[in-house]
Amino acid sequence: MHMHKFEKIWLIFGFGALLVFLTVIGVSAFYLGNQPPSCLATIDPEKVDTTAPFNEPGLKKVEGKEWDYELVFVASAFSYSPARVEVPLGAKVKVIATSKDVMHGFQAAGTNVNMMLEPGYISEVVTTFKNPGEFLIVCNEYCGVGHHMMHSMIEVVE
Amino acid sequence: MNIQAKLKVDPRDGKLAMAHFYVFIVALAIGGLAGLLQTFVRSGKFELPFGIGYYQLLTLHGVVLALVMTTFFIMGFLHAVVSKTAGTYTNRQRTLAWISFALLTIGTIMAAIMILLNEASVLYTFYAPLQAHAVFYIGLTLVVVGSWVGSAAVFMKYGEWRKANPGQSSPLLTFMAVITLMMWDIATIGVATTVLFQILPWSLGLVETINVGLSRTLFWYFGHPLVYFWLLPAYMVWYAIIPKIIGGKIFSDSLARLSFVLLLFFSIPVGLHHQLVEPGIDPAWKFIQVILTFLVVIPSLMTAFSLFATFESYGRSKGAKGLFGWFKKLPWGDARFTIPFIGMLGFIPGGAGGIVNASHQMNQLVHNTIWITGHFHMTVAFAVILTFYGVAYWLIPHLTGRILTKKMNKLAMIQGITWTIGMLFMSSSMHIQGLLGGPRRSAFSEYGGAAQAAEWIPYQIAQAVGGSILFISIILMVYVFINLAFFAPKGEQEFPVGEVAKGAEKTPLVFDNWKLWLGISAILIVFAYTLPLIDLIQNAPPGSKGFKLW
Repeated sequence: MHMHKFEKIWLIFGFGALLVFLTVIGVSAFYLGNQPPSCLATIDPEKVDTTAPFNEPGLKKVEGKEWDYELVFVASAFSYSPARVEVPLGAKVKVIATSKDVMHGFQAAGTNVNMMLEPGYISEVVTTFKNPGEFLIVCNEYCGVGHHMMHSMIEVVE
Repeated sequence: MNIQAKLKVDPRDGKLAMAHFYVFIVALAIGGLAGLLQTFVRSGKFELPFGIGYYQLLTLHGVVLALVMTTFFIMGFLHAVVSKTAGTYTNRQRTLAWISFALLTIGTIMAAIMILLNEASVLYTFYAPLQAHAVFYIGLTLVVVGSWVGSAAVFMKYGEWRKANPGQSSPLLTFMAVITLMMWDIATIGVATTVLFQILPWSLGLVETINVGLSRTLFWYFGHPLVYFWLLPAYMVWYAIIPKIIGGKIFSDSLARLSFVLLLFFSIPVGLHHQLVEPGIDPAWKFIQVILTFLVVIPSLMTAFSLFATFESYGRSKGAKGLFGWFKKLPWGDARFTIPFIGMLGFIPGGAGGIVNASHQMNQLVHNTIWITGHFHMTVAFAVILTFYGVAYWLIPHLTGRILTKKMNKLAMIQGITWTIGMLFMSSSMHIQGLLGGPRRSAFSEYGGAAQAAEWIPYQIAQAVGGSILFISIILMVYVFINLAFFAPKGEQEFPVGEVAKGAEKTPLVFDNWKLWLGISAILIVFAYTLPLIDLIQNAPPGSKGFKLW
């Protein structure tokens, strides 16, 4: 099958660009550890309130871990617990969240924290809050009639 | 195949295709109206009357446009194209196609009634454990089964053509129709599996709980190829119909087939890139599917090259000089060319945005923000739909024995350009709002007076402006459609079928070797999905009961 010379050049260029893109995100994922949130731990969605750490939502200082704080959220239609939380500036925080009922989203606008909450699964992401101010947490997966009312707030304080 | 069949689609097949297009235009009007009202609600200056829920309307918009309008247009278009290029349907094939149409229509009506009764405000992705009325799921199942029956008619025609023409390469457009439907049939197995074996028994109360992670994964096994099911018919037009409209030649028949085969391979084993920020799936498998997703860029780059090669060769054959002189020689006054051409241009930012979305960790910034909504309005609602409009301008009059008059052509141009302006407004403001964190699928909200949410509202007003312009375009389209179907002067409107240049290389017969293509496709799917699915089943958490939260 004949291929025009220009088309060969075009496709080599295109394929080369894809390789560069894939290498960049591959190195970031597997070497630097920047994988998307993919926690494999499960939980009984009907026993969230009595299962640690979800029996005590909120910020907790931890010792001897790669992160300084654990921030636990419980989502249910149509709210998050806690509804507002303060986080110290520059703290490395592991956000741990799950849903008690249907699918929910968990996005802190203006940060890279964005993950799905799925009943039965625990979602985790580690982040460092480098900028002070208020960061709105919104539910970005449709969960019912009050979906757009579902929010929380992280306040990063000095 | 008689000569008459070569010139014109047989009136009996024409009637069949037209039946699909009537549903298409009704769906466009209803879905478009729903979209307009949504942008109004999101502007914060308007509330829905008569107790209609925002999410009820959003479900209607998604189901009617993404599932119904597209499927009806595509099935009608494919029947017409196959009848034209492989020959008139036999009575048996036509009966099958009519059964397909009936199933699609009944399924659509069932789903629509449930949405209108507010029994199914679960959006068109119907993620469990939100639980709609069982009739909604049965209706959607009928739509899928209907499309299978319709594809059987196309496959039978193709087989018949091969038998009658041994040792010859099949007609290009028929070949492309077969690939499109094979891809669709393989992909819909996923959604059919979750609906029949998980969702239906659960919504009927036969089982109490559902495996949510498995259901989502099966849905997205279907959900991404769904977007290629929209795109491939547009590629058919760009590759094999537009060259004839401008009076040029198909750049290369073999390369067109090669790119369709690659699209068959890389459309399906990629659904995990919709689930990148989801728990329960190993990130290594996500990354493997990200690689496969990126490979689909190759056939798209081939397509872009071919199209512009056709345009340039044509311009130069008309005596164009200089590097870009050929550009001026293209028939810019012809809506059948210009409107799909604008669509092609839209696919450049649309495709680039898609690469961003599939980029493993970059997805975290945009996932489920309204950036995503902006993205698929740029790809399907802009690139693909403008191309479908471009087809309607000549195919409707061809099938009804009328012509596209100069006056209607002018109106069609205005219609397409209005659509362009409206969509650019809406899609770009959605993209920007998404980068600022604005969520998709959400009614108007001030989020407790948060400062960040206040920043989003001006973009939502821009979306309402875009939505209003788009709705004007829909009114124009309905007018053009009715004119072409019922009132335009009688005559012979050409069905443009592109030809390869004289002396072009013969197309290798390997392209009609389906065992090979389906075999490779199956291997890729089994490789990409087996372990993630086993994981989701073996390590499943306790199942979820159904919720009706609307």
